[in-house]
Amino acid sequence: MKTAPPFFRHGPGPFAKLIVFTCLSCLLIVEDLRFKRFHEVRQIIGTVIFPLQRIAYAPTFIYDEVRNFIVHFNLLEENTKLRQQFLENQEYLLRFHTLEAENTKLRELLGAIERIEKSTETKTILAEILYTPRDPFSHKITLNKGIYHQVQLGQAVIDDKGVIGQITRIYPFSSEVTLLTDKNHSVPVQVLRNSLRSVISGTGKNNELELRYLSINIDIQPGDLLVTSGIGGVYPPGIPVAVVEKIEHSPSDDFSRIVSNPIAGVDRNRQVLILSMIQSSVEIPPEAKN
Amino acid sequence: MNRDKRLSADDYLKQDVYDTASNGYIVLTLALALILNFLPLPNYILLFRPDFVVLTILYWCVQYPHKMGMSVAFIMGLMMDVANVNILGQHALAYCIAVYLTLILCRRLRLFNTWRQAPQIGFILFVMQTTMILIAVLGGFRFPGWEYYFATVSGSLAWIPISLLLSVPLKQKPDPNAL
Repeated sequence: MKTAPPFFRHGPGPFAKLIVFTCLSCLLIVEDLRFKRFHEVRQIIGTVIFPLQRIAYAPTFIYDEVRNFIVHFNLLEENTKLRQQFLENQEYLLRFHTLEAENTKLRELLGAIERIEKSTETKTILAEILYTPRDPFSHKITLNKGIYHQVQLGQAVIDDKGVIGQITRIYPFSSEVTLLTDKNHSVPVQVLRNSLRSVISGTGKNNELELRYLSINIDIQPGDLLVTSGIGGVYPPGIPVAVVEKIEHSPSDDFSRIVSNPIAGVDRNRQVLILSMIQSSVEIPPEAKN
Repeated sequence: MNRDKRLSADDYLKQDVYDTASNGYIVLTLALALILNFLPLPNYILLFRPDFVVLTILYWCVQYPHKMGMSVAFIMGLMMDVANVNILGQHALAYCIAVYLTLILCRRLRLFNTWRQAPQIGFILFVMQTTMILIAVLGGFRFPGWEYYFATVSGSLAWIPISLLLSVPLKQKPDPNAL
C-alpha cells in the first residue's frame, strides 16, 4: 500500500536534530580537549570571522584617531616632557653600559662562561589587542598581528611593565595569546633579591599567580620581585613578571602556598609587544636533533 | 484580567502587519549580533553584556521556526567558540539546546507579548549557560562564580528592545487607500 504524500514538507523533528547536533558537538569537544585536533577548522573559522572582528574594533580605532587629533594640540608640551625623560633615561643607559662592561670584566675574572650575546638580542613586533573574550573560562586574548606579520608560535608577549603571556595559536592575520593567569601556563622565573629559581603558574583567577612546590623554609618574602630567568629560551631574562603578595603555610601540607600578583596589565592594556628571540640560548647538539 | 475582551473592528484595523523577513535580512542581523559580541570592552561591562547572537537566533526561531534551525545555531556557536578561544563545540552545543527549547515553546511564546516572553527567554538562557558551565567544568576549567549568570538576567531584559528593534524594518506601512 502506498502512503499518501505528506501535505507539508517536514525535515526530521527537533528532537532528532538535537540528538544529531549534540553528538556532533560532543565529538568536537572531546577531540578538542583530548587530542587538540581540528586546528584547520579553527583556522578557517578564524579567517571567516576576522572581518567582523575588525568592524567591531572600528569604534575603538576611531576613538584613538580622534584622541590623537586632540593630542596634537599639546604636542609641544609633551615633546619637552619627553625630551626631559629621554635625558634622564640616557643617564640610566650610560650607567647601564658601565655596569655591563664591569659585569663582563668580573665574569671574565671569575672564569664564568660569557653569556651568549645573541640570546639576549630580540626583535619586537608592536601589536594591538583585537578582542578579549567575554568568557570567564578563557584567559586568552587575540592580537591583530598574525602569520603575515611574521608572528611565530611560542613568542613572548610583554607590555611596558612586564610579561603578559605567550603566543599559542596563529591565524593568517591574527594570533592568540595565552595569558600568565591561564591555569595551564607557566613561566620560569627567579627572585630578584636572591636569584632563587622557580616556575610560576597561573591559577585561572584574574590577578593571581602561584609558585608551586617550594618548601616551607624557602627564602621568599612578601614584596619580592620575580623576573624571568631566561631558562627555557622563550622569555628573555630579566623581565618583571610578578610581585609576591602573601605566603601561606598550612600544617597539613609539605609545601607553602605562595600567591603573587602579575605586574603587567594582563587585562588592561591595548598595545603590547611581541618578542622573538633570534637564537635560543641553548644550542641543540646535532646528535640530539636526530 | 478581562479574558473576554474581543478585538473591535477598529482595533483590528490598527493591528500591525509585518512582512516576512527575507533571508538576507536574517543574515544581516546575525552578522550585526556577532559584531556586537566581538566589541572590545572592559571586563566589568563584559560581565553584564547579553549574548546578542543567541538572542537574535532565538528571535528568528520564535518568528520563523521553518527558517531558523539548529544548523545555523551550530555554525554561529562554532564562530563564537573560535572567537572566544574556548573548547570547540561549547557554544555550539549550548546554542543548539537553546534552539531546541525555543522550537518546542515557540507556539506558546507567540501567544504572549514581548514583555511576557522575556522571563521565558530568561529560562532558556539559564539552561544554555548552565550547559556551558557544565562543559567547561568537565573540561577541567574552574567554576567562574555565580556572577556568570548576570548575563542571563541582562539577556532576558535585552530581549525586549532586541525583538522590538528586529521587527521595525518589517513593519508594513499602513495604506490609507486600502479600504
